[in-house]
Amino acid sequence: MITLAHFVGLSFVLFTIGVVGVLVRRNLLTVLMSIELMLNAVNINLVAFSRQLGDLTGQVFSIFVIAVAAGEAAIGLAIIISLYRLKSSVNLDAAAEMKG
Amino acid sequence: MEPALFFFWAFAAVTVVGAVGVVVMRQPIHSALFLLMSFLGVACLYVQASAELVAAVQVLVYAGGIMILFLYTIMLVNVRRQRTERYLHPQAIPALGFGFLFLVVVGGVVVNEARSLAAKVPAADPKALATTVVDGVTVLGNTQAVGWMLYRDYFLPFEIASVFLLVAMIGAVVLGKRTMERFD
Repeated sequence: MITLAHFVGLSFVLFTIGVVGVLVRRNLLTVLMSIELMLNAVNINLVAFSRQLGDLTGQVFSIFVIAVAAGEAAIGLAIIISLYRLKSSVNLDAAAEMKG
Repeated sequence: MEPALFFFWAFAAVTVVGAVGVVVMRQPIHSALFLLMSFLGVACLYVQASAELVAAVQVLVYAGGIMILFLYTIMLVNVRRQRTERYLHPQAIPALGFGFLFLVVVGGVVVNEARSLAAKVPAADPKALATTVVDGVTVLGNTQAVGWMLYRDYFLPFEIASVFLLVAMIGAVVLGKRTMERFD
């Protein structure tokens, strides 16, 4: 039987892969994809708890998360395109003017 | 092993292999295809968790919309030239160690908590996710149930989300169109 712990564990693994992806990669496109992985992990959690508790709120919330992810991807990719126009590179280190 | 559990592990494997592929692959186009695989695995898991509408939205928005955006961006920025650049950040090794620790320590705690919660609160009947009562009439189907909840209880957030998407669309067009002068 699939339990809550199965879904929560899987979502945790997915979230960790996303965090590691954001930390280790230098390509901005891959960093953005890793952020999408983390959002997916959150959605799995919401749906799993909705299943466990028999409450649809989690599913409604995950639809909102998907909407926000769509907006985030659109803006993020537009920023990557303007960075590419400015620097001819999609490398994270290309945007180091602020020395952050 | 019962079939449901077998399919859970199969879809989980697809999802995790896809996610690892996103992080490991050198070329962004390969990462994007692995990301698609991961999205589809997650959609299958939603079906297993009796969230059919969320699964459909996942396929339409993620595997359809967001994926196309990624592919267009990869096409627009000529990534082939960047092959010679190093692809890992200098902090990669500490980050991997941190990831492993995070997975083992925090993940162990979280999974244990989920297990004890599942023992305390027994799993609900999946039918509860596919029925709703509207004006005293029982309506069947996950999509209808979620739809009623979205338009009845979460109407204001729904409208705010639509304004958010409009702003994001205009912002993306403005950012993508403007020709920025170079800093020289």
